Amino acid sequence: MKHFKYLVLGTLFGIILTKSEVISWFRIQEMFRFQAFHMYGVIGSAIVVGIISIQLIKRNRLKSIDGEEIKLADKKFNHGIWIGGFIFGVGWAITGACPGPLFAQLGSGVGAAAVMIVAALAGTWTYSALREKLPY
Amino acid sequence: MLELLQKPWPWYVAGPLIGLTVPALLLIGNKALGISSSLRHVCAACMPAGIPFLTYNWRAEIWNLVFVLGVALGGFIGYQVMGHPDVVGISPETINDLKTELHLTDFSGLLPHELFSLDGLANWKGWFFLVFGGFLVGFGTRYAGGCTSGHAISGLSNLQWASLVAVIGFFAGGLLMTWVVYPMMF
Repeated sequence: MKHFKYLVLGTLFGIILTKSEVISWFRIQEMFRFQAFHMYGVIGSAIVVGIISIQLIKRNRLKSIDGEEIKLADKKFNHGIWIGGFIFGVGWAITGACPGPLFAQLGSGVGAAAVMIVAALAGTWTYSALREKLPY
Repeated sequence: MLELLQKPWPWYVAGPLIGLTVPALLLIGNKALGISSSLRHVCAACMPAGIPFLTYNWRAEIWNLVFVLGVALGGFIGYQVMGHPDVVGISPETINDLKTELHLTDFSGLLPHELFSLDGLANWKGWFFLVFGGFLVGFGTRYAGGCTSGHAISGLSNLQWASLVAVIGFFAGGLLMTWVVYPMMF
């Protein structure tokens, strides 16, 4: 039950992704063809609100509800960031979905999303197995 | 009000709400937003196979799997319960491009049935779009250390340069696929 709050927040997140249609393959194609502002507006305004929120948390040294000091790990640069990013980008244009939308699609009733999720698990597993042999 | 909830939400409503998920997760549990990690946790739980990258205490990350379960539940509520239009309202230019370049005729639903149906697995298209595409999403996000939520939203919100590089990589791959590979494929 201690995880119930994450179920609630995840559900809200899934509703927002679904109602804004960012889980639609058509919207992702529209984005990569620069034919509407919608996706850029969603991602851009999310980042602006995120930046302001994190600055407020840091400057006021806010604590989590459990009284913990809030800390965010830095994302360290390595060559996997752009190589993997590029590979994911190709997959994003094919499936029209990043991992979050895949789960929201499955919930919305798209059966094909189950196949894509299993394939994504296979991709993650293969990466894990090959990790030491890949360039960084 | 009810009608407003049923209609697709504009970017200036959805975007800020997605942005607020970042501080919400930090405040309720000191957690960083990131969805693709859930794929790693499932691999670690179901098939670690002695791989060092999959051998860790995934049980400490159950919150992430619960969050993802919520995302699926949210997909059901947002689409089936709250209602949805038959056709996603993309721009006429995109519809025209998809008709001429990809030979799509059916624009109903969230994804084109002509490319994404389960029956499609009987030919190369289904394998390409469902299996190969999904594989690249899982492989690439873990190699890059995050996806749209972890890098683009959470990482850029925390002003991480590495996340900016990742997002440029996402777009480079997506643009290559859309503008170069798709026109050659169909």
